[in-house]
Amino acid sequence: MGQFMIKRALLMIPTMVAISFVAFLIITLPPGDFVDRIAATAAQDGDRMTDAEIGALREAYGLNRPLLIQYADWVWGMVSRGDFGTSFFYSLPVDQLIWDRLGLTSLLSILTLVFIWIVAIPIGIYSAVRKYSLGDYVFTFFGFIGLAVPNFLLALALLYISFRYLGLSVGGLFSPEYIDAPWSLAKFGDLMAHIWIPMIVLGTAGTAAVIRTIRANLLDELHRPYVTTARAKGMPEHRVLAKYPVRHALNPFVSSLNEIFVQIVSGSTIVSVVLGLQTTGPLLLEALKQEDMYLAATLIMFLGFMTVIGTLFSDILLAWLDPRIRRELSGGS
Amino acid sequence: MTSLLSVRDLSISFSGDDGKVTALDKVSFDIPAGKTVCLVGESGCGKSVTAKALLRILDHHASIDQGAMLYHRADGDVMDLAQGSATSKAIKSVQGNEISMIYQEPMTALSPLYTIGNQITEVLHWHGSYSKDEARVRAIEVLGQVGLPNPEKRFDAYTFEMSGGMRQRAMIAMALVSNPRLLIADEPTTALDVTTQAIILDLMRDLQKQREMSMLFITHDLGVVADIADEVVIMYLGNVVERGTVDDILTNPQHPYTRGLLASLPGRQRGKLHTIQGTVPSLFDRPSGCAFQARCAQALPQCGVERPQLVDQPNGHGLRCFNPIAEQANDHTAVAEAPRQIDRGGQPILRLRNVAKHFPVRGGLFNRVKTHVKALNGVSLDLWQGETLGLVGESGCGKSTLGQTIMGLHSPSAGQITFAPHGTPTDLAGLSDKALRPHWKDLRMIFQDPNSSLNPRMTVFDIVAEVLRMGDDLTEKSAIEARVREIMTQVGFDPSFLKRYPHAFSGGQRQRIGIARALAPHPKLVIADESVSALDVSVQAQILNLMKELQEELGLTYIFISHDLSVVAHVGDRVAVMYAGRIVELGETAQVFDHPRHPYTEALIGAILEPTPRSRRDDDKLRLDGNVPDPLNLPPGCPFAPRCRYATEICNQTDPALTEMADGRSLACHFEDVVQGATVAVNQA
Amino acid sequence: MAHNADYDGQWRLIWRRFRKHKLGFAGLLVTAAIYLVAVFAEFLAPADPNAISPRNTYAPPQSLHFFVTDKEGNSSFQPHVLGYKTKIDYDSGRRTFEENPHKVIPVGFFVKGHDYKLLGLIPTERHLFGPVKSRDRIYLLGADRLGRDVLSRMIYGTRVSMSIGLVGVTLSLVLGVLLGGASGYFGGWVDLVVQRVIEFLQSLPSIPLWIGLAAAIPASTPPVQTYLLITVILSIIGWTGLARVVRGKFLSLKTEDFVKAARLDGCSVPRVLVRHMMPSFASHIIAVVTLAIPGMIVAETSLSFLGIGLQQPVVSWGVLLQEAQNIRAISTAPWLFWPGFMVVVAVLALNFLGDGLRDAADPYAT
Repeated sequence: MGQFMIKRALLMIPTMVAISFVAFLIITLPPGDFVDRIAATAAQDGDRMTDAEIGALREAYGLNRPLLIQYADWVWGMVSRGDFGTSFFYSLPVDQLIWDRLGLTSLLSILTLVFIWIVAIPIGIYSAVRKYSLGDYVFTFFGFIGLAVPNFLLALALLYISFRYLGLSVGGLFSPEYIDAPWSLAKFGDLMAHIWIPMIVLGTAGTAAVIRTIRANLLDELHRPYVTTARAKGMPEHRVLAKYPVRHALNPFVSSLNEIFVQIVSGSTIVSVVLGLQTTGPLLLEALKQEDMYLAATLIMFLGFMTVIGTLFSDILLAWLDPRIRRELSGGS
Repeated sequence: MTSLLSVRDLSISFSGDDGKVTALDKVSFDIPAGKTVCLVGESGCGKSVTAKALLRILDHHASIDQGAMLYHRADGDVMDLAQGSATSKAIKSVQGNEISMIYQEPMTALSPLYTIGNQITEVLHWHGSYSKDEARVRAIEVLGQVGLPNPEKRFDAYTFEMSGGMRQRAMIAMALVSNPRLLIADEPTTALDVTTQAIILDLMRDLQKQREMSMLFITHDLGVVADIADEVVIMYLGNVVERGTVDDILTNPQHPYTRGLLASLPGRQRGKLHTIQGTVPSLFDRPSGCAFQARCAQALPQCGVERPQLVDQPNGHGLRCFNPIAEQANDHTAVAEAPRQIDRGGQPILRLRNVAKHFPVRGGLFNRVKTHVKALNGVSLDLWQGETLGLVGESGCGKSTLGQTIMGLHSPSAGQITFAPHGTPTDLAGLSDKALRPHWKDLRMIFQDPNSSLNPRMTVFDIVAEVLRMGDDLTEKSAIEARVREIMTQVGFDPSFLKRYPHAFSGGQRQRIGIARALAPHPKLVIADESVSALDVSVQAQILNLMKELQEELGLTYIFISHDLSVVAHVGDRVAVMYAGRIVELGETAQVFDHPRHPYTEALIGAILEPTPRSRRDDDKLRLDGNVPDPLNLPPGCPFAPRCRYATEICNQTDPALTEMADGRSLACHFEDVVQGATVAVNQA
Repeated sequence: MAHNADYDGQWRLIWRRFRKHKLGFAGLLVTAAIYLVAVFAEFLAPADPNAISPRNTYAPPQSLHFFVTDKEGNSSFQPHVLGYKTKIDYDSGRRTFEENPHKVIPVGFFVKGHDYKLLGLIPTERHLFGPVKSRDRIYLLGADRLGRDVLSRMIYGTRVSMSIGLVGVTLSLVLGVLLGGASGYFGGWVDLVVQRVIEFLQSLPSIPLWIGLAAAIPASTPPVQTYLLITVILSIIGWTGLARVVRGKFLSLKTEDFVKAARLDGCSVPRVLVRHMMPSFASHIIAVVTLAIPGMIVAETSLSFLGIGLQQPVVSWGVLLQEAQNIRAISTAPWLFWPGFMVVVAVLALNFLGDGLRDAADPYAT
C-alpha cells in the first residue's frame, strides 16, 4: 500500500509539469502582450510611445525572448528559488499575491466537498431505499433544480434576495474590518460566518449530482445476489442495507470524487467573482484581462495542482476501501 | 416418516410491466426429516422460486397468492412460513438459523468486500450470543468440517482469493455454522467442474448424514439427482407433475414428461435421442388444462381442458396425469448405434502440429510484457473428413482457445494448422483476416450462448445472410434469399419468421439460427464451441439430433467442444481429453470411455453421474482433489503430476509428449497401463 | 392485447421504452419547443432586439390585459398593454415608471413589425404578436438599461445559446468517437496514450482553462469567428467524456460473440464497425451527447456572463445576464433575471430528455 502511494505520488510529477506547460501556453496564446497593453492605454491617454520605448520596455520585462526560454526560465525560478515571476500589473512578486487566495480557495473547496458528503450521502441512500416515496420525489425534484441552475445564477439570486428582502450585503468572505487585518482567531470566526453562503452555492450542483449517483449506484446494488444472501441469513433489513449494498455503492462514488472536486474548484472561479470573494477567481479573471502573464499562469497552474492532488487522494482512498485492489497491490496472498 | 416441512398448494405470481404471471401453480410436496429431496425441472418450472419462497427472500414483485409452507419446529410447533411479512421477527429467526441456503455462484452470492470469516460469524452474531472469539473458533471449526485446508487462514481470506470449489465449500460452511435443520441448495454444483462437483456432492451427503439434516436440492441434472436424492419432485411450468422416491422415479417414471426427460439424456448409445417436441411455453402463455399437454405424445382431449389432480399411489409415488405411461421403462434411450466407419486412410481435412498459444500479460508504466498465460501448449491432432471429434476438458484446459485458434480468431504463437477441405492443404497459422476469409467459407463456428451470439439489432434473415453477402459465390439477392430459406428449413426453423428479431425466440430456436448461420456457405468443417451447454436438457436433445442429421445429409466434419462427457460420448467418433493446454489422451470414444489410460481421463469418467439411483451402483468412485494448474505458472514436468495418484519422480521432472500407442490412441503419460480396470460405463442403465 | 414486439427493431423498442418515461418525454417536448423558438426567433419576437429606446431604460414589465372598458362602461375584447407614466427623480437621477390606464397600446397577432427573412429565405414583416401600431413599443418582460425589449432579446438569445450547445457537442462527438473508438478498438499503445490524455484533461479544472482560452480571443474578432472559437474552446475538454463512453462501449462490444461471428462471416473491419458494432452503441451515444449539451450551454453562459465569451451585438443568454452582473442593476430591475430562467428551463429539459434516452438506450437489458 505504501509503495502504491509513493508510486502514485511520483506519477504526479510529470502531470504537474504538463500542467505548468499548459498553463503557460494558455497565457501566451493571445496576440500581443502586457507591453502592448501599456502602449494601448498610454495611447488612449494621448501619450504615444515610440517603438524604441516599447522595445526597451519589452526587454526590461523580458518579453522579447522566445517563448520556450521564458517558460524554462519561469520553471527554473519556481523550482530553484520558489520564485513564480512578477506581476506586471501589481508590480509585486507573484507569490505575495497568491498564497492567501490559494489557501482560501482550498479551504472553500474542501469545506464544500465535506458539505456535499454530509448532505448528499444520506439523502442518496434514503432516495434509493425509499424509491418512489414522497421523500424521493421531493429530493429528486430539488436535485434537478440544483443541477439545472448554474451556480453563478444561484449566487446572484441569493445576493438579490438577501439584499432586497433582508437588507443585507452578503458578498465577500470577510466583514470590511477584517479584510486586510492579520490572521487571528477572530478573523477566522468571521471567515466561518461568511463562508457558508459560498459553500452552499458551490455545493448545490455537486450535492444534486452526488445524490443522483448514489441513488443510481445503490439501486443497482440492491438487486444483487449478495443482498439476497444476507437477507436469507436472517439479518434485519436495515443492517443488511448498511453493511452490504451501501458499502458496495460507495466504491463507484469514491471514484467519482475527483470529478466532483474538479467541478468545485472550477466552479469556485465564477462564484467568487459574483460574490466578490477573496479567492483566486477574481484575481485570475483580472490577470487574464490584463494579460498579466506570470500571475495568471501561476494561478492556473496551482488550480490544476489542486485538482490533481485531489485525484491522488481519491485514488488512494479507493485503493484502501476495496480489498480487491489492496490485495492486487500487495502482490496477492 | 416425520415431515420437516410440508408445502401445500403454494401459488406464487409475479407482477411486472407486462402484467401478472403465475410462477407456481398450487405446488405441494413434503421434505421429510433427515432426508434429501431434489426439486428437478427445466427453465420456467419454478424450482428456484420455490426455494426462495421457503426462505421468504423473493423479489418484491412476487406475491404468495395462496397456500402454506408448514414448518415443524424442534419443539413441536408448526409454523406457516407463508404467513406474515418477510421481515417479521418470526421469519427472521428462522432464516439463516434453522433453515439456510446455498447458491449457485459463490462469487456473486458472497460479498468480495468482506472476509469469509466476517460473513460466517455474522450469522452467529445474529442468531446467538457469541463473543467475537467464540464465533471465530466456531467458524474455523466449520471451515475445517467442509474440508478446507488451513481453515484459520481461510477465515481472513476474501472470495476472490479462492478457487471455485473452495468458495463453494466456504458458502456451505456459512450455511451450516448455525446447525440448521434444513439446508436449501439452489443448483450449488452447476457452475463447478465435474470433478469438483463430485467432491462437493460427496461432502454434502456426508454432512447431511452427520448432522441428520434435511436437504432440499434444486437441480436440472438428473445425474445429480441420482447421486444425492432420497426423494424427487419433478416440476414443469410451476406444477408438480410427479414425485416419489429416487428409485421409483428413475427406474419407473410414469409421467410422459419425466420419461421424456430421461430419454433426452445423451449417452453411450449414440443413436437418435427421443426428444420432447416443442419447447417450454412462456409463463405468459400458460396453456389451459395440463401444462404439458401441448408437447405430450400421449395427450388426450381431456388434457387440454382440465388440469389433472396430483394423485398419490400407495407407495408414495405421486402423479399428475390423465394418461400416464404404465409399462415398465426398460431402455430410455434409442437403439444402440454401432460406431461409424470413418475413412482415415487419406489426407486429413485438418492437421494440427504443436499448436501453442501464449497470451502476453502486460503491466507497469509502459505496458511491458511481464509474463504469459500459457493457454495452449503444443497441441497436435489429425481430423478426417466426416468424423466428429469430441474435445473435452474442464475449465481452463484450453479447449475453447483451441477452437478459436483453429478458426483464426487468435493467431497461434507456434505450430501449424493445415486445412485441406478440397484436397490442397493450406497452413492457416498466422494468416491475416484477409487471407483467412476465403477459408472461412469452409470453416465455420457455432457459438455457445444463444443470447450473445446473435446481434439483437439485426433480423434473423440478415444474420444468416451476412456470410453469404460477404462471399463471392452468390451475388443475386434472390439467390441469397433462396439459400437462407433452404438452410433455415433444414434446421427446422419456420421461414415465415425470418423477418423477426432474435428476441422473439427461445434459446433452442436461437441456436438453430446459429447453426443455420454456420452452415449457410456449405462449409466442410464446423467447430461447435459448447453449442448445447446453455440449453435445457430436452432442447439439447433436439439440437444434438439435428446436428447429427445435418452431418449425415451434408457430409460435415465436426469438432465438438464440451465440458459434458455424456454429450461428447454421444456425438464423438473420437474423443480428445485436454488438460492444461494440451491433449492428454485421444482415441476412439468406446476405447477411451471403456478403458481410459490417462489418470485424468480416469478421474473425469469416474466423476460422471448417470441417472441411475445410487442403490443400484457400486460405489467406489475415485475423487480428484486439488485444482487445475495456473496457466501463468505451470509446474515443471507433467502438468497433472501434482494431482495424480500414480505420479512418480519422473512425472515431476519431464513433461510427457503425446505419443501414439499400439491400440491406435494417443496418450501423454509416462506409463501406459497405470490405470487398471474398466470404469463404470456411461448411461447404460 | 399486448403489442407483438417480435418484428420491432432496435429503434422502435427504444422509442416504446422512452415513451413510458414521462419526464423524458416531457423533456423532449420542451426541448423541441425551445429549438422551434430558436429557429423562428424573428417571427416570435415582438421587437427588434437591438432597438434602443432611451425613454424606456429599465422599464418594468407590462401586463397583458384583454378587455378595454370605454367611458360608457362597455367592455370590448382588445388585447393590450398599458403605457407608462414616467417620472424622473432628480435626486437620484433615475426614472420611475407607473402604469398609465389611459395609454392603451393595442396588441395583436400577425402584426407588422420590423422586417427580416424567415428561415433566412422569405422576406416578411409579420410577427406572431406585437403592438398593432408598429411605432409603439411593448415590454412584456421589461426593458434593459438601453430600453431594449428583454423578451425579444431573450427569444433571439435562444438561437445563439441553443445552437452553441449543438455545435460544441458535434465537435466533441467527432473527436470523442474518433479518439475513443480508436482507443477501444485498437488497444495497445494507442489506447494507452489516449487514456492518459483523457485522464490529464479531466483532472484539470475546466472553467479556469476556458477563461484563459476565451480571454485569448482578441476583442476585435468578428462575432461569427468568436462564436466558432468559443465552441472549439468548449470542445477541447468536452470530448473526453464522450471518448470514455465510446471507448468503454467498444471494449465491451469487442468481446461479444456476435462481433466475432461477423468477423468470421468475412466482414471487413469497417463493415464490422459500422454494420455490427455501431448500432449497438448509437443509442447510448445519443443519450450521452444529449446530456452533454446543457453543460455547453451553461459554459457559454458563464463565459459570456463574465464578459469574455460572446460580446455585443451578439445576443445570447449569457450576454443578457451580463447586465445582471451587479447588485444595483438587479435590485432595480429584477426582470433582467429572465434569461437565467430560460437557462434553467433549457438545462432541465435537456437533462430530463437525456435521462430518458439513457434509460431507454438499451432495450435488450433485462
